[in-house]
Amino acid sequence: MASFIALIAGIIFGLGIIASGMVNPALVLAFLDVAGDWDATLLWVMGGAVTVGTIAFMLAKKRKQSYLGLPMQIPGVAKIDGRLLSGSLLFGIGWGIAGICPGPALVLMGTGNSDALVFLVAMLLGMGGYQMTQDRG
Amino acid sequence: MSITFDLIPWHALTGGFVIGIAVTLLLFFDGRIAGISGIVGGLYRVKKGDISWRVAFIFGLIVSALIWKLFFDMPPIRIETSHVMLALAGLLVGYGTRLGSGCTSGHGVCGISRQSPRSIAATAVFMLTGFVAVYLLRHVLTI
Repeated sequence: MASFIALIAGIIFGLGIIASGMVNPALVLAFLDVAGDWDATLLWVMGGAVTVGTIAFMLAKKRKQSYLGLPMQIPGVAKIDGRLLSGSLLFGIGWGIAGICPGPALVLMGTGNSDALVFLVAMLLGMGGYQMTQDRG
Repeated sequence: MSITFDLIPWHALTGGFVIGIAVTLLLFFDGRIAGISGIVGGLYRVKKGDISWRVAFIFGLIVSALIWKLFFDMPPIRIETSHVMLALAGLLVGYGTRLGSGCTSGHGVCGISRQSPRSIAATAVFMLTGFVAVYLLRHVLTI
């Protein structure tokens, strides 16, 4: 049942990415191009998602278990450390180069876009590379 | 004041709401954060009983494009980045999101929604380096 909900959530998430226009890397890059023809669309998408999300997390905070009786796995770490900052720094550079982040990369795969597939394969390799350094360390 | 409703990109706001609904669903029923890099990254370290929901969510994201196409036209998708640069970007995004424990969804949407100082810091950093990367590529190096 948890997997069925995850499937539905994944589909809805993807439809949101497409409906919002964020499936188009050119639109994401237009937001990141502050010195060019700046486009605020991404902020509206985040605003909409965060508005709904804020209510959801407020309600979820009081719960010990999910509706399916599963533990609420909300991160408790609050420390802002070097890993968080350097990881986000690298992610931002990659995001700025391609205009693609992990969600749209997967949605784009479903559109059959071959350019996006190059990005997706490299992204999965990058994640694997991270995992290897973790296992060794 | 002449602010009209036309100034609001409704498709973007609606799309955002829809993303928020997906976040809510996964949180309320599965007790999970809809952080996509984390969901994908969790598959690299196999834990029993922790695989199928991740695969299902990822599958949902991929097929969402096919479902969309049943009802609407796909919006235009423009990728002008070269394959070499796309590969470099992919490596950075993959490695960076795992090292930094999140991406636009986990930190940007979920983290800000729960007012996590960590996620707010992460989002500020990746937006800033995103701005810098685009600035350098488009206005300085003009690749």
